[in-house]
Amino acid sequence: MNSTTYLENKLPLLLGVLFVIGLIAPFAVYPTFLMKILCYALFACAFNLLLGFAGLLSFGHAAFLGTAGYVCGMMVRDVGVTPEVGILAGTVAAGLLGWLFGSLAIKRTGIYFAMITLALAQMVFFLAIQIKETGGEDGLQGVPRGHLFGLLDLSDNIAMYYLVFAIFCFGFFVIYRTIHSPFGQILKAIRENEPRAISLGYDVAKFKLIAFIISAALAGMAGATKTLVFQLASLSDVHWHASGEVVLMTLLGGLGTILGPIVGAATIVALQTQLADSVGSWVTVIMGGIFVLCVLSFRRGIVGELQALIKRSGVN
Amino acid sequence: MEIFGISTALLGSQLLVGLINGSFYAILSLGLAIIFGLLNIINFCHGAQYMMGAFVAWIALTRFGINYWVALIAAPLIVGIVGVLIERLMLRRLYKLDHLYGLLLTFGLALIFEGIFRDQFGISGESYEVPELLSGGVNLGFMFLPIYRGWVIIASLTVCFGTWYMIERTKLGAYLRAGTENSAMVQALGINVPLLITFTYGYGVALAAFAGVLAAPIFQVNPLMGSNLIIVVFAVVVIGGMGSIMGSILTGLGLGLIEGLTRVFYPEASSVVVFVIMVIVLLLRPAGLFGKS
Repeated sequence: MNSTTYLENKLPLLLGVLFVIGLIAPFAVYPTFLMKILCYALFACAFNLLLGFAGLLSFGHAAFLGTAGYVCGMMVRDVGVTPEVGILAGTVAAGLLGWLFGSLAIKRTGIYFAMITLALAQMVFFLAIQIKETGGEDGLQGVPRGHLFGLLDLSDNIAMYYLVFAIFCFGFFVIYRTIHSPFGQILKAIRENEPRAISLGYDVAKFKLIAFIISAALAGMAGATKTLVFQLASLSDVHWHASGEVVLMTLLGGLGTILGPIVGAATIVALQTQLADSVGSWVTVIMGGIFVLCVLSFRRGIVGELQALIKRSGVN
Repeated sequence: MEIFGISTALLGSQLLVGLINGSFYAILSLGLAIIFGLLNIINFCHGAQYMMGAFVAWIALTRFGINYWVALIAAPLIVGIVGVLIERLMLRRLYKLDHLYGLLLTFGLALIFEGIFRDQFGISGESYEVPELLSGGVNLGFMFLPIYRGWVIIASLTVCFGTWYMIERTKLGAYLRAGTENSAMVQALGINVPLLITFTYGYGVALAAFAGVLAAPIFQVNPLMGSNLIIVVFAVVVIGGMGSIMGSILTGLGLGLIEGLTRVFYPEASSVVVFVIMVIVLLLRPAGLFGKS
């Protein structure tokens, strides 16, 4: 059976081209905008690892994005560590939270799994409002970007961009390796037919939990990096709307494709930035509309549709 | 009078608040359970439909002078009809797919509804006068009971148990239950299952809107009033297990009371206590209190 598609065969080439584009992009486009896209792209890729490859719809990924943001912000601003230590701390915190949430949520599957992750994330949201250290409604403000390894000044946007780009590439590489490993194959087997995976002797719960932890940690890495870029950790990052947004990005880009989440994140961030001034609260309506459209008639997403198009035209 | 150093008036009034919240949880999780039972869809826009019920009542009163009692019937009908349209035009296309798509579609719809109402009415919230017949209160001796709050509890419990009766004891309910068990068989017996599904969704949505009208005089009528409530209701559903109609009613009421008690003894935890209970229940009984494993 030839299940690999044209885009997947050409993936190394495509990734190479994207890498070069990523390297020269800050000289053509406003770096802060690019950094926002990269943070959300990593967030979406991490989410896609779980939904697209393990078939687990987490509706609480904002908890990892937001918690890591708070932890990184506090470490850098209040404890005074260097930025890379802050990001590491945020990532580890999100991973631990992922372990905690994951071990609870995998007790149920399907929509129950989604509802449990959502409810757990809402608990984090309430805590973030109530605890004094997180700044409540105001969030953590004035987080310094600091000096990388105590040497390189990150207040320069270009320097910051390359750090974010490096973090993104690292995260993407981890996901790529995970998917293209025996572990990733087992995840796919679980997604396709869980009873069969169990009968083959795999400890399905363990595999799901590990996937959940990797996904949570990488989502946290995105959140910690985002906090440094914008020098702010805010309540909106732990709100369930952020969890919904990442679902939308992944769905729009193409569920279960490697490049889909990146395309989806770039599209949504660009749309939001473009629309924010002109349409006000209609942004939510437009996002909702895209959601409905994707679910009803566009389920493969942009990259998925492209793959199908190329396959139909017979190039292989 | 005091119990554990807490005055009975305080305890009583917090239990009352808990019972009112519990009534809302019960009616909303009941609606979710009915929809889930036949459509296998988690209706993520349930909160938005609750909010729309409150807004329809508020608009009817302030723009057209239509009173509370008319709104109590009309708002659920109007929002229910919107629900019927959603089912006919959109949800119907998803039944053959993974259940997750239903959740995602209704999530998108929730965003649309919330966005439109936020654009039209802002987020500051509007107040809705308590209808004259139900204003004032009675002194029960140990506490003061506002009549409207008593009415909310009675009205929602009546609707909940009426729904339970309809599903468990009538012929229509028998069709519904048979439809959830084996819809192809029921269809073969000459019962119009697609119509039954449409009716069920409309009814579930109408329940949410009815709760919204009841809530309007108590809480601020606000475009976001449903969005945080719905997540607590999801937790209620996970705890109860959505196994039975009665289960969702009892779980809703019970959790409202527990929340009220927490507000008396340890107020800081009151907004997370439902989620803490959810975690405990998941550890001990993953299928929920009333769920079948």
